[in-house]
Amino acid sequence: MFCNTSKEIGGMGHSLKRKEDARFTQGKGHYVDDVKLPGMLYMDIVRSPYAYAKILNIDASKALEIPGVLAVITGRDLEKYNLHWMPTLMSDTQMVLPTDTVMYYAQEVCAVIATERYIAADGVAAVEVEYEPMKAIVDAHKALDPGMPVLRPDKGKTDNHIWHWEAGDREATDKLFANAEVVVKEQVYIPRIHVASIETCGCVADFDPVEAHLTMYMTTQAPHAIRTVIALVAGHVGLSEEKVRVIASDIGGGFGGKVPVYPGYVIAIAASVLIGKPVKWIEDRMENLQADSFARDYDMTCELAATKDGKIQGLRIKTLADHGYTDAAANPSKYPAGMFSICTGSYDYGVAFTEMDAVYTNKPPGGVAYRCSFRVTEAVHAIERMVDRLALEIGKDSAQLRMENFIKKEQFPYHSPLGWEYDSGDYGPALQMAMDIVGYDELRKEQAEKRKNGQLMGIGICSFTEVVGAGPSKDFDILGIKMFDSAEIRVHPTGKAIARFGTKSQGQGHETTYAQIIAQELGIPAEHIHIEEGDTDTAPYGLGTYASRSTPTAGAAAAVAARKLRDKARKIAAYLLEVSEEDLEWEVGKFFVKGAPEKSKTIQELVFASYTNHPQGMEAGFEATHYYDPPNLTFPFGSYICVVDIDPETGSIKIRRFVAIDDCGNIINPMIVQGQIHGGLTQGLAPAMFEELIYDEDGNMLNGSFMDYLVPTAVESPSWETGHTITPCPHHPIGAKGVGESPTVGAPPAIANAIIDALSHLGVTHIDIPITPQKVWNILVEKGVIEAV
Amino acid sequence: MANITVHINGVPQTLDVEPRLLLVHLIRENLNLTGTHVGCDTSSCGACTVLMDGRSVKSCTVYAVQANGKEVTTIEGLAHAGQLHPLQEGFKEEHGLQCGFCTPGMIMRCVDLLERNPNPTEEEIRWGISGNLCRCTGYNNIVKAVEYAAQKMQAAEVPAETVA
Repeated sequence: MFCNTSKEIGGMGHSLKRKEDARFTQGKGHYVDDVKLPGMLYMDIVRSPYAYAKILNIDASKALEIPGVLAVITGRDLEKYNLHWMPTLMSDTQMVLPTDTVMYYAQEVCAVIATERYIAADGVAAVEVEYEPMKAIVDAHKALDPGMPVLRPDKGKTDNHIWHWEAGDREATDKLFANAEVVVKEQVYIPRIHVASIETCGCVADFDPVEAHLTMYMTTQAPHAIRTVIALVAGHVGLSEEKVRVIASDIGGGFGGKVPVYPGYVIAIAASVLIGKPVKWIEDRMENLQADSFARDYDMTCELAATKDGKIQGLRIKTLADHGYTDAAANPSKYPAGMFSICTGSYDYGVAFTEMDAVYTNKPPGGVAYRCSFRVTEAVHAIERMVDRLALEIGKDSAQLRMENFIKKEQFPYHSPLGWEYDSGDYGPALQMAMDIVGYDELRKEQAEKRKNGQLMGIGICSFTEVVGAGPSKDFDILGIKMFDSAEIRVHPTGKAIARFGTKSQGQGHETTYAQIIAQELGIPAEHIHIEEGDTDTAPYGLGTYASRSTPTAGAAAAVAARKLRDKARKIAAYLLEVSEEDLEWEVGKFFVKGAPEKSKTIQELVFASYTNHPQGMEAGFEATHYYDPPNLTFPFGSYICVVDIDPETGSIKIRRFVAIDDCGNIINPMIVQGQIHGGLTQGLAPAMFEELIYDEDGNMLNGSFMDYLVPTAVESPSWETGHTITPCPHHPIGAKGVGESPTVGAPPAIANAIIDALSHLGVTHIDIPITPQKVWNILVEKGVIEAV
Repeated sequence: MANITVHINGVPQTLDVEPRLLLVHLIRENLNLTGTHVGCDTSSCGACTVLMDGRSVKSCTVYAVQANGKEVTTIEGLAHAGQLHPLQEGFKEEHGLQCGFCTPGMIMRCVDLLERNPNPTEEEIRWGISGNLCRCTGYNNIVKAVEYAAQKMQAAEVPAETVA
């Protein structure tokens, strides 16, 4: 591991305890619901009980009779200001509040503004809405059937098709598949899930009518982008960008769910502007699960072609994507299917083709990540399931099949058939390390023995490659804004620093890790570098924290900005020591004269001199800013092995062991990286075995609360075993890659492959996630292992 | 309105409340102790866990009037004379938190857990915190944090009830 600073300086490679934790462990975190302003009002939202209905009438009279209820805001009210619709990030449009029709269960219908939280809720209960329900489109497969209602005639649509997207060489792929020795095929569905951060979404919109200034306290992973969006959406009613300040203080988990602009935010702003007082809106858990952006919902027809001895030759995937009633996915503009084209995975083969059709249904909009970089989870699930499927088909060990087909270390940078340039990788050692730790060969022997006795045990592997850190400006933008990110470092005369960033931590520990990057580069102890994010009035512009982009973009910006400062320090040192710059050598924390190490100046002395005794002609002070435009994305990878035991009588699944070997390049803080891996693994376990948003045929969500949307507890989560290999990123200033999402991407196929492996001798080739005991039990009954009662 | 007196972190607070007011809102909104959080509407997540007469309760499922005459301890009342509780220390030392939102509830739950069972096994810890959801840590390091605190409290022979 790269670590060449002292513990006191605390640069790269030190497991520094987190600076954040003092406040979090003492109840002094400052989350949005903790904001309390004089005269603040509360907003609560009336939501639709139907998935698709005409609104015939909204009668707010009884609500307005309740003492303390000040206003009920409807779509008709917003229409007067042309604020009833807003653009989505994917060039679609989304209702803020409906004027005529509701498009999904739990959609916002109108909002009650009151003096107290409980009174606002009373007001919601008293609003009477008359609906005319219509037959909802729930099944994406039926959305394009003739005779189906057209959900978005306002978009000029004549059917419910949103877009078609494809990548790769269709003709060459079809030709390969027509002549392949072996073709395996599975229908792989990844259902809707929800990030369910423990803090829900919310805001306090504080409009000052005298200054025409809006301060927006909110749970957002991308405060700067939100400020610009507010100015774009509401500029015509006077919200000018210099008078919009977005403040994201502590955030209780994001995972992608706090990237979008939800209608509640816009309604709260409108209410504050109309009434001239601060308005707080905090969604409850049911609103959060039922109406906020979902993740996944891809139905993939996956095919893999190979020789009969197991050389993978080609991949073909056709996907149907259910986007709900509007495409409000949070993707870079040119990537409607995110980075799904990473689906060729960690393997070296010639051709691939993938195509996707997106459709409208009467479900909430979205397509946000669930702790993954823009659809990478779906892509990795597809390829890693199919590699196991191929192993089963040709009777080859799935680890050996992977080893034989991996892209070799010397092939990097590797150009994938779907257009990515993988920056660096060394896949074999990671898988071998996982196999050694778990005792792979012994487990296979044990499995063979157990099968003879009717016992069910499975071993599942996933060797994933991710694509994270969006991204290079030539390809990546959101609403036209390029996906660079930024760092600004100011070092005070006494050698202590403050640094600000365009990203926004939601638990990733930026206050600690960014300080370590700067400590590494300047030799100022990390404990004396204060990190700030989330206030758009003070931080430099950036597109925020998601898609594992903070280290690849803002982390890089910190290193480059620090190096600018080091260059300045060198000039000052040359001046003070009366030597030329070339005669100076840097050792973490000081410059010394080559061959005369006793002649030196510490970084603290040089910083002090920049304020007190800087060379004539040099700009005073010690500050630098950098906007980092990454030359490429980063491609972290890893190999995971899961071992499961299944009760042949009940179908219950026990994860016996889970070994995760990750490679995210150089590591800034091993403790924090390991923590990210643990957390991501549990968020990978969740969709693999527990989580799914379930709708009935009328479009009602059946499990929209924590009573029945099963977030894993400490009991379901196994004791994760982790390890790492290190293959530095060749284009990142400190050789690091993103890491927070690797485990969420890698765990589901490892778990699914293990469970399917346990049942494969019964003829089972695939089971869709979440794989529940019920699904396994049904299979055991179907296969005659147990008798149905 | 009902007139109640609740001893919050050792200080008696007398106030008039609506009978329907939840304890968590009394704590957060009336008394401005915002370390206790709300994460769900169904008593599932445990972010709102506090101690009532030394036992952990989910304060979103207790009416403020039910706390009348009781001792309520929140995360803000856990440290004593500038000295962090071993659990607060353990969560930091073992990286048992990330976003910090579940942390106060998780810690308060664990205070009760360790009082009932000063030397729990890993399995007992996992079951003991199964009413508290964490979305960030994967629980591995929360288990370690509790083990850290258990060892430290045993070594110091600090009776758990002195901190409640």
